[in-house]
Amino acid sequence: MIYLENIGRYFLMLKSVFSKMTKWSMLRNLIFKEIDDLIIGSMGIVCFIAFFVGGVVAIQTALNITNPLIPKYLVGFATRQSVILEFAPTFISIIMAGKVGSFITSSIGTMRVTEQIDALEVMGVNSLNYLVFPKIVALSLYPFVITIAMFLGVLGGWMASIYGGFSTSADFIQGLQIEFIPFHVTYAFIKTFVFSFVLATVPSFYGYYMKGGALEVGKASTTSFVWTSVVIILINYLITQLLLT
Amino acid sequence: MIEVKNIKKSFDGVEILKGISTSFDKGKTNLIIGQSGSGKTVFLKSLLGLFTPEEGSILFDGKDYKSLSDKEKRELRTEMGMVFQGSALFDSMTVSENVMFPLRMFTNQSVSEMQDRVDFVLKRVNLIDAHHKFPAETSGGMQKRVAIARAIVMNPKYLFCDEPNSGLDPKTAIVIDNLIQEITDEYNITTVINTHDMNSVMEIGEKIVFLKNGYKAWEGTNKEIFKTDNESVTNFVYSSDLFKKVREVYLKELKE
Repeated sequence: MIYLENIGRYFLMLKSVFSKMTKWSMLRNLIFKEIDDLIIGSMGIVCFIAFFVGGVVAIQTALNITNPLIPKYLVGFATRQSVILEFAPTFISIIMAGKVGSFITSSIGTMRVTEQIDALEVMGVNSLNYLVFPKIVALSLYPFVITIAMFLGVLGGWMASIYGGFSTSADFIQGLQIEFIPFHVTYAFIKTFVFSFVLATVPSFYGYYMKGGALEVGKASTTSFVWTSVVIILINYLITQLLLT
Repeated sequence: MIEVKNIKKSFDGVEILKGISTSFDKGKTNLIIGQSGSGKTVFLKSLLGLFTPEEGSILFDGKDYKSLSDKEKRELRTEMGMVFQGSALFDSMTVSENVMFPLRMFTNQSVSEMQDRVDFVLKRVNLIDAHHKFPAETSGGMQKRVAIARAIVMNPKYLFCDEPNSGLDPKTAIVIDNLIQEITDEYNITTVINTHDMNSVMEIGEKIVFLKNGYKAWEGTNKEIFKTDNESVTNFVYSSDLFKKVREVYLKELKE
């Protein structure tokens, strides 16, 4: 029952987020601040993980090809498919649910505990629009992060293959190019865009409606990470079913 | 003027406010007192519109808050200033930005006009050198003064304060009390203060409403509170020997 109540509350929250807009001059500054916090601030960890996981995917694929009949370009092919289809959009989004999601929940939750949200409401500010809308706009740039993650993942795979002696550069690049379906990139970006909305709104929901003190802020961050991940995984399944089958 | 008519509010089936009626006059410092758990904060937050009472009505200069549209409610809220118990300053903004926030949000003033107004109110609360400090870099008393400055920057008609003296030393508490009293007189504001502080009750309580278990148990002025024989009030206000003595001296002087 509580789950149904929360789902209803989440959609009511979304309605409030898009109503009674904050003054544009204020909103613009908030959006830039959120881009800095949520997008630019996440680039380092995303780049690091993408590069090395791309490398590991290539190594694992190469090590599992024992049959001499399987062409060597399969390493590049498997790396490309894994990185573009799942690793960059989904795996990175789960990491972002931990990094960005916890930040959003704890910052909004702290504002709730210290009555800063009440202060906004008393002033006549639509606090949901003021707090959540800039995060949604900022995270709409999230597909750019994923583009970089895709590039670095493939680059990591290429470097690991070449310098680890698992494949030649020509084989790897042939694998990258072979049977390339442009719609796979579109599919990846469609789900990335949906995930960006989830990343902005689900953690905001848990921060905004939390009750209690400092301890509950920590608990809300954990709950937010769990539910953001669950929602991302479920949406990933649904979108894959809808677009790729 | 704020009129409260028979408001009731419950949480999870537990009735916190059990039908409170009172009024708060313009240009006066009105105090709500009572023990912890008596419903003071719920009452104050109901006045602010942060909680919606299940029954009863709250009238701001004759306008029933419940019957206002969302737009009218938000407009009314721009006429309210609130000083929260923990000050509720925005951590990511400097003192100056905190005070300027309502002006940026609701007016079309130029930056220099807004800065002039911010300078004026910060000077009014005796905070001149704190413009560029962040709330975390200031003391509790300074934070309270910044919160008061932010609350009055829009020239509000109604000023609400939730335990403005909590966590402050006695000297700073008196400074804050006097400041609120002066601002109320100067701008002819309807001020409502939630407090536990008996010094505030004696010094600035032009009207006092005593709540007990969600009911209004007594109301009167700071002069009348000395003379009342209401047991709930005397047990609460004169619980310490010091205030018992103060009361005896006051009543003795009155007889003479």
